[in-house]
This record gives sequence, C-alpha cells and structure tokens, in this order.
Amino acid sequence: MNKFDSTEIKRSERIPKLISALYEKMPEIEAERALLITESYMRTEEQPMVMRRALAFAHILNNLPVTIRDNELVVGSATKTPKGCQVFPEFSVDWLESELDTTSTREADKFYISEETKSALRRIFPYWKGKTSSELALSYMADTALISFEHNMYTHGNYLYNGVGHLTVKYEDVLNNGFENILARLKTKFAELNVADPEYSEKNAFYKAAIISCEAVIKFAQRYAELAAKMANTCSDPVRKNELIKIAENCARVPRYPAENFYQACQSFWFTQMLIQIESNGHSVSPGRFDQYMYPFYKKSIEDGSLTRDFAQELVDCIWVKLNDLNKCRDAASAEGFAGYSVFQNLCAGGQTKDGKDAVNDMSFICVNASMHTMLPAPSFSVRIWNGTPNEFMLRCAELTRTGIGLPAYYNDEIIIPALMSRGVSLEDARNYSIIGCVEPQSPGKTCGWHDAAFFNMLRPLEMVFSNGYDRGVKVGPQTGDISTFKTFDDFVAAYKAQSDYQVAQMVNACNAVDIAHAERCPLPFVSCLVDDCIANGKTMEQGGAHYNFSGPQGFGIANVTDGLWAIKKLVYDEKKYTLNDFKEAMDLNFGKGLTDKAARNSTEAVIKTLISEGKTVDENVITEIYKMLLNGVCTDTQKHKFEKLHDDIDAVEKYGNDVEEVDLLARDVAYIYTQEVEKYNHPRGGTFQAGLYPVSANVPLGEQTGATPDGRYANTPIADGVGPRGGYDVLGPTAAANSVAKLDHAIASNGTLYNQKFHPSALSGIAGLQKFVAYIRAFFDQKGMHMQFNVVDRETLLDAQKNPEKYKSLVVRVAGYSALFTTLSRSLQDDIIARTEQTF
Amino acid sequence: MDYLKAKGRIFDIQRYSIHDGPGIRTIVFLKGCPLRCRWCCNPEGQNYKIEQMMVNGELKTYGEDITVEELMPKLICDEFYFRRSGGGITLSGGECLAQPDFAPHILHACKDLGYNTAIETTGYSTWENIEKYLPYTDYVLMDIKHMNSEKHKEFTGVENKIIHENAMKFAKSGVNLTIRVPVIPGFNNTPEEISDIANFAASLPGVKNLHLLPYHRLGEGKYEGLGREYLMHGIEPMDKEHMNMLLEVAKKSGLKCQIGG
Repeated sequence: MNKFDSTEIKRSERIPKLISALYEKMPEIEAERALLITESYMRTEEQPMVMRRALAFAHILNNLPVTIRDNELVVGSATKTPKGCQVFPEFSVDWLESELDTTSTREADKFYISEETKSALRRIFPYWKGKTSSELALSYMADTALISFEHNMYTHGNYLYNGVGHLTVKYEDVLNNGFENILARLKTKFAELNVADPEYSEKNAFYKAAIISCEAVIKFAQRYAELAAKMANTCSDPVRKNELIKIAENCARVPRYPAENFYQACQSFWFTQMLIQIESNGHSVSPGRFDQYMYPFYKKSIEDGSLTRDFAQELVDCIWVKLNDLNKCRDAASAEGFAGYSVFQNLCAGGQTKDGKDAVNDMSFICVNASMHTMLPAPSFSVRIWNGTPNEFMLRCAELTRTGIGLPAYYNDEIIIPALMSRGVSLEDARNYSIIGCVEPQSPGKTCGWHDAAFFNMLRPLEMVFSNGYDRGVKVGPQTGDISTFKTFDDFVAAYKAQSDYQVAQMVNACNAVDIAHAERCPLPFVSCLVDDCIANGKTMEQGGAHYNFSGPQGFGIANVTDGLWAIKKLVYDEKKYTLNDFKEAMDLNFGKGLTDKAARNSTEAVIKTLISEGKTVDENVITEIYKMLLNGVCTDTQKHKFEKLHDDIDAVEKYGNDVEEVDLLARDVAYIYTQEVEKYNHPRGGTFQAGLYPVSANVPLGEQTGATPDGRYANTPIADGVGPRGGYDVLGPTAAANSVAKLDHAIASNGTLYNQKFHPSALSGIAGLQKFVAYIRAFFDQKGMHMQFNVVDRETLLDAQKNPEKYKSLVVRVAGYSALFTTLSRSLQDDIIARTEQTF
Repeated sequence: MDYLKAKGRIFDIQRYSIHDGPGIRTIVFLKGCPLRCRWCCNPEGQNYKIEQMMVNGELKTYGEDITVEELMPKLICDEFYFRRSGGGITLSGGECLAQPDFAPHILHACKDLGYNTAIETTGYSTWENIEKYLPYTDYVLMDIKHMNSEKHKEFTGVENKIIHENAMKFAKSGVNLTIRVPVIPGFNNTPEEISDIANFAASLPGVKNLHLLPYHRLGEGKYEGLGREYLMHGIEPMDKEHMNMLLEVAKKSGLKCQIGG
C-alpha cells in the first residue's frame, strides 16, 4: 500500500485551451505601467524615494487594465495580452530606447511592439534620463571595475539593468492571515514610532509606503472582483457564469483576508506572485515550498468535502499556466544569457520540514502532475531530496524527467542544509530552504539573497596570466610577470590566483555599486512587507531590512580552467614537451584556426592600439590587411602544424569528468580560487558574499568574448556548462562524470552549483530504468553533490528540431537552471545543448 | 590476502551498465574465449593473447594483465551507485570461466565489499572450474544458443553437450540463473529453434527468465580493425515484428521472456 495518494489524475480539458492561448501570438510589450509610473514619479519628486515607489505602485494598480482571460479559474494579469510584458523605466531605459525597433526581429526572445506603444514610450524616455538605478550604479563604480566590466571579466548586467527579484516571500502569511492583518501589524509599528529615534525618518517613510502598497493591493483585487461580477452578469454560458461568480467571491475575499479554502488559497497565492512582479521586474520571484504552504488548505478542503482531488489538480494546473503568462523583455545581450523567455519562478516540493521530518505530501505529487499536465517551462520545478525522501516520490519525479521536459531539478538537502548553516542560517531555517531562480538555495521569507549578482568568467583571468594583465592593449589586471619566469607549476597557479583575486575585487565593487543604487532609487516597500524582518526593522530589503542578507555572484568555467591548468602541468612542467610561450603563441593564433568575424575585429583593434602606442602610423589598408589575416588565420604552415600537434597533445592529457583523482582535485582547487576569495567580502546590506558555480546560459555568449584557452578550447566558442565536464570530454559515462563533479566542494558554493546531464530516453525505460535513474541521483547525492538536472532527449530529435522548428514548437529542454522552448533559443545555444555529452548506453 | 594477488587478463571495463543484471553495474571483460561465435561483437576478447586493433584510425592495444588488487579501485569507484541500486559487478568476456585462477577471486573481493556479483557466460567449461566461481556468484547470465549440437559447432566452434549439462548443474546449484539467447539470422531465428531453446530453459529447475538478444552488427568494424574476416557480412538484423513473433513463441514455454537484457 502506498503512503501517498499518487494515483494519476486526468488533465482537465480547460488546460490545453489555456496553454494554446499563451502561444497564439508573439509576446508583446505593453506601455501602461511605464506611463503610469512616469505620471506618478513626476508628481512626487519632493518625497522620499520609498514613498514615491509606493505611490507609483498604487497608481499603477489603480489604473492598470484588469483582464480575465477566457477559461481562467485563477485570475490576475500583468498585461492585457498573454505572455506580454510591461516596461520598468526606473531601472534602465537606454537599451530599450536603442532596441525599440529590433525587439521583434532579434535572435533570442523576440517581442512584438506596436507603433503606438513605441511612440508612447519614446515620449517618456527623456524623463528618465539620469534617474535610473543603472545610471546611478555606474556612477558609483570604481574606474578599475568599469574597465574590468568593459573587458568582460564579469557581467552584472542583470541587476544593473533590471530589478533584483530572486526571493521567496512569506506566501503562507498572506494565505493564512491576509493583507488586512499585515496592515494591522504595519500600523502598530507605525504608531509605536518614537519621533526622537535617529532612524525615525527612514522608518516613518517605510511604514507609510508599506501601508499605501498593501492598501493598493487590496483595492486591486477588488477591481478583479468587480470585473468578474460584471462579466458574470453578461455571461450567457451558465457554466462559465458560475465560474465567474466564484472568481468574484474569491477576489472579494483574498488576498485581503485569510483564505477560507483551497481555491481561495490558490487565488491569494497568485495575486501575491504576480503583484511582486508588477512592483519590480526582478526575475526569479520564486514560489518556494508551494506543497508545504498549500497542503493545509488542501487537506482542510478535502476533509470538509468542499474540494475534490481532481479540482485541486485543475486549479494547480491553472496556476502553472499563469506562471507562464508573466514575461520579461531584457536587452538583446542579456536575452542570450537568460534565453527562453524565462522569468525563473522556481517552485519547490519535497525535502524536510523545519523539525527535520520528511515533507512529501499529496500536494507534492499534485505539483509533479501539474508539470506533467502542462509541459511548460514554468514553473522551474525543483524537488528537494534527502536520505529520507520516499522512493515513491522520486520515481514519480523520474517519470516527469523521462518526458524530456528537463524538470524537475533535483537538490540535495544533505549538502545544502549544512552549506546554509555555515553561512549563519539557523538549523530550522536551513531545513526550510527553497530554491531561487536557477539553483540558489535560501531560507524563504527572510532572505535578501542577491543570488544572481554577477557572472564571473573564470577563464578570463587565465588569459590575463598569459598577457601579463593586458587585454586589447589595455591594462586590466595586475602584472603577474612574464610567463617565461614561472619556474614551477605552483608559480603559474599563483599568477592565476592573483589575476582572479584582482577581478573578484573589481566585481565586488561593481556589485556593491549596483546594490547601493537599488537601495537609493528602487527600494521595494510592497515586497518588503512579505520578508522578515523588514517590518520589524522599518526598512526595505534593499536597505538591509531582511533577516538574512547575501550577495551571490557565480563563477563558471571550472572544467576549462582545470583542463587548461592540467595540460600546462603535464606538458610544460612534468614532461617538459612545451613551454608556456608555445601555449601563448598557439592561443594567440587560436591553434592555427581563423577567428570568427567578431573576434577578428576585436583582435585587429588590439593590434592597431599596440602599433599606435609604438609610434607607428596605421592607415585603412593596414587595418584591412590585419583583419583579413586574423579572419583567415595568420600562421605559416609550420606554425599551423606545430599548433595542431600541441592541440592533439592537449587533447590526449586526462580531463576533468573522468573520475581521475588528481585532475578532479585540481578542479576542486580551481573552484576554491574563486569561492574562497568571494566569501571574504561584504556587501552594503550588512552581510557577506557567497559564491555560486553556474553560468545559467551565459557560458555561450560569454564564451564568445573569450580567446583560445590552454585546454584547447578555440577562441569565441562556448565555455563548459555549469560544474560539468566539457562537452564530449567525459568519456567514461555518467557515473565517472558525476564522481568528478561530486569531488568539488559544493558546500562552499552556497549560492548554488549546477550540473546538467543529458540522458538518452533508453536509460529511463521501464520501471527498472526509473529505479536505476533514481539510484544514480541518490548515489551522486551520497557523495555530497548539490544539484542535478537532465535533458532526456535524443540527439536526432534536437537536430531535427533545428531543421524543422515548426514541428517542435512545444519541445522543452533544460537550458541551465531552467527549461525553455528549444526553438526559441539562439542557434549557438541550441548547438551547445546538442553538444553536451549524451549519457546513454 | 593471497587471492588479491591473483593475476589475470582483461580487455575492458565498462561502467554504468544498466541493462545487464540488477541495478547499476560495472562490467569487467576478461580476455580469451574457447568459442568462436560468428556473430561475436567482442572479437577483440576472443584471443587470450594481447593484440592490437585499429579503432578510428588508431592502433589500440587490447589486453592488460592485472591483479585483483590493482583491479579493485577501478570497481570501487562506483560503489555509491552499486549500493543505491543493488547493483555490482558483472564478469563478461571473452569467457570469464576461462580464467579460473583469477576471475573467482575478483568475485570474492567484490562479495567481501557487499556488491552483487554476476557472470555472463557461455557455460563452456569443466564443472570443477565452475565450482570455484559459485560461492561468490549471485547471478548467472548464461547463453543457450542452439539445441542442435552440429549446428552449434558449425557456428560457435564447439558442441553444446557440456554447455547444456552445465546449465542443468547451474540450475540445480540454486544460483539465480537467467538464460539468454543471441538470436542470429540463419542460425537460430526460426520459431522452431527458439521454441526448442525456450522449452529446454523452462526445464531447468528454478529458471524463470529468458532474454532474447537480437543480432546486431555493431561488432563488424572490429573484425576489420583486427584484420579478420567477418563471417556474418551482409546479414541484416531482424525487424521488430520478427523479434516480437519469436518473443510470443518463447513465452509459450511458461518463462518470463523479454527482448534485450
């Protein structure tokens, strides 16, 4: 007899209708929010910023069009059109201004924009000049940090141009107590204010702003109640009429008051989830432990007979669809790094309760079913696994994995809980963790984690070792000495560490500048009401009001740096077959291969700069000649032959990903160079930095900005994905690859690690296949691996999808910490996914 | 311990094998086989002597002398997976029964660590030899290729008498035994031949499972790489329908039958 009610539930006919409505048209950019916030900001310039934010939020909620889409049971939309997106000028406008005419034709994540919207936006852009958080952030940055940013040592583009997001709020507070109760708490704190408190001004403004925000939310729900009632009145279909009446009742009650039943809890959840994303466009607003806070309502409604399991499933399926209705338009470059229209709403099931018992319940199974029923990229569905997780649940999850949708992602409690505790999170809070965005663990409802603070390209400092700190003729790093002076391998590694440490410091400077700019220009009073201890402290999250505060920039490229260092150790220092200068020469000339057009241009620029600095004159012809040479490869036949030989010899050296102890331990040290340096630093909200190890999908665009590397990687090609081995270089199968990955110290990367695997469907066939797959995950977790996720699709399918995208509109694949529709990804990212080693048998 | 010093010859180790026995397994391929099955997809395992084979334009050496002690770390590295899946080690070949002074000691060492142990065998050996393996073997995957001894000899080089006797002895020994049939066009792929084999398998006490392994050509390139003639050249693999038909025939024996391992 099974412990859980895991019998299958048939999908309601409503769900495919809701889904097809999502994909009818190209997502559209809408102007309402941008116009409303501009109106409000113009009227409130004399007020404290937090008040201006609240007044603008209220103005938006009072005037944003309310829309109930056909067939919806759970309502509330940020845009009139499905999958549309609003504009958030307070964070940045420059990119949108310059890209207005190309958003519908660019490669990744296209957005339609009407001429009317364009001209409306053009009218407001001038107002925002100089007022955005991104402009302030840039003006706060050290000159050296700006140079490093320009030279692609890291990118913090995400929070520089957008809101922060990356949090899980106290949904249970809204569901159980309602905003009327939160307002009462705010009012009490407000009444208790001491006018002589030195923080009075700040707190006073925060409480007022928070009260305005919560009241606006209540009113907004009321507008939906009215709309639903009005639609019910004119509805001729009796079934839909009753549905609309029910919707009207729900919206009149929640999120103002406690939800009385499961349906109301669903509606209350949804309003909260959506409204956070109207206040700011920060992505990764993650529902967190949905199965935990929804289960009591489910249980109560099932027990009192007011709910059937089928209807509960239908409602949860509706929420899954709604999560895909929210969208975000990023600048073209960022869109490539976060490709697939994803807003990374990570929803978690399973794991342990605060007191350390297994947390799986019937709602956990309903969550798995919902992903199975909708087969959509959102939510980013995660499951927490610990030694006590029942196989019954894991097998059900494996069935979902087998569909090829790339969900769920599997997380290991046995390493994440101690990792969080090592950062000062209490045992209870650590046990209660959920996942944010891609792979970032945090204690929900009490953390301002800044989890995606920046991407740090671990390969660039390696390049800087060879160039002694120069990039394209500009000094961007310390002078660690001419490579010919490195007598031992340790000397070389020390130089790498010095280059890396320097760039980490610059990145910290840049992240902190962005951090302060958000506190100054974009504090978020609404969402701060839903995160402990902002109300107690009288401060927004941005100002440091949260209980736990982190800043988490993620490094990537472990496999390349490891393989490169190992090749140098073997070929230069152990076997003395080559010198570092042989490597340098080969890398400068891309191992004899011509450069891509983009790279050739950059290199031409560098050469010209050097020539000019040497006092030489350079004319058009010289420039063209240099460019042509670079494009075609500049080397002689002898050189070419030599480079190819070196490349072959590099290839023959052992690689990370094959369970070779020495290589894997080097990888562990390589990761330490980044992670141990990052955690030395503090951020302005009063907490520490903590490293993550994952690139989202930025390993592709940031690889384009990276020259050839000593692992034999050609210039401008993708960098290895996540913490996994380089595609095609793990040749001993999934156990060997996973063992290598497990040898990294995942605990220190408490901002998350990401390990993508690709399996052939045959590996999961039949019940025995599922059992072995589950055992495989558990065995990786036994070794303290942190995260695993899978693409289960055969190579032929992906190749065919590239050729015939129209046939594969619904093909969802795992990109990085999230899934996306394969056909919406850029060609190069598609190629990268295909190239990831397929583990099969 | 002495048995850890035992030395033998292997030619490959394959990790994460999930279609050969319980759980996630590592297969150790022992070199040398007394049979010469025409369809053999591991011809580089047939000769006991160390030899070279061209693979993708490169000459690679097959065959490595190794002690149990040296071999064990290559198996232990996947212990986490064995433990979680109930898997372990499978000895294959070549013919693992052909190295009685080595192979049983690998099994012994694996049993000591609590791994599930299996052998994949032709069954062609003396029973005296086989008795050395039995105390350390949980699971036997054994081929029955043909009931007609002459035809057996024509296609494999040996008669089937000893094999069939050993099958019965394995069965009576109480070890978990599964019978496998490589289904080869032109050799044993008629309903009658399969039916005969299935009935024989069903007559073995305790045997419950029969696996039909359809002929494939994946080994063809290896013959070329070894400079040997591929006697099955031009023989097409069977279609799904034919295999399903044979599966139905085999099921009449009362055994639980499946296509593939």
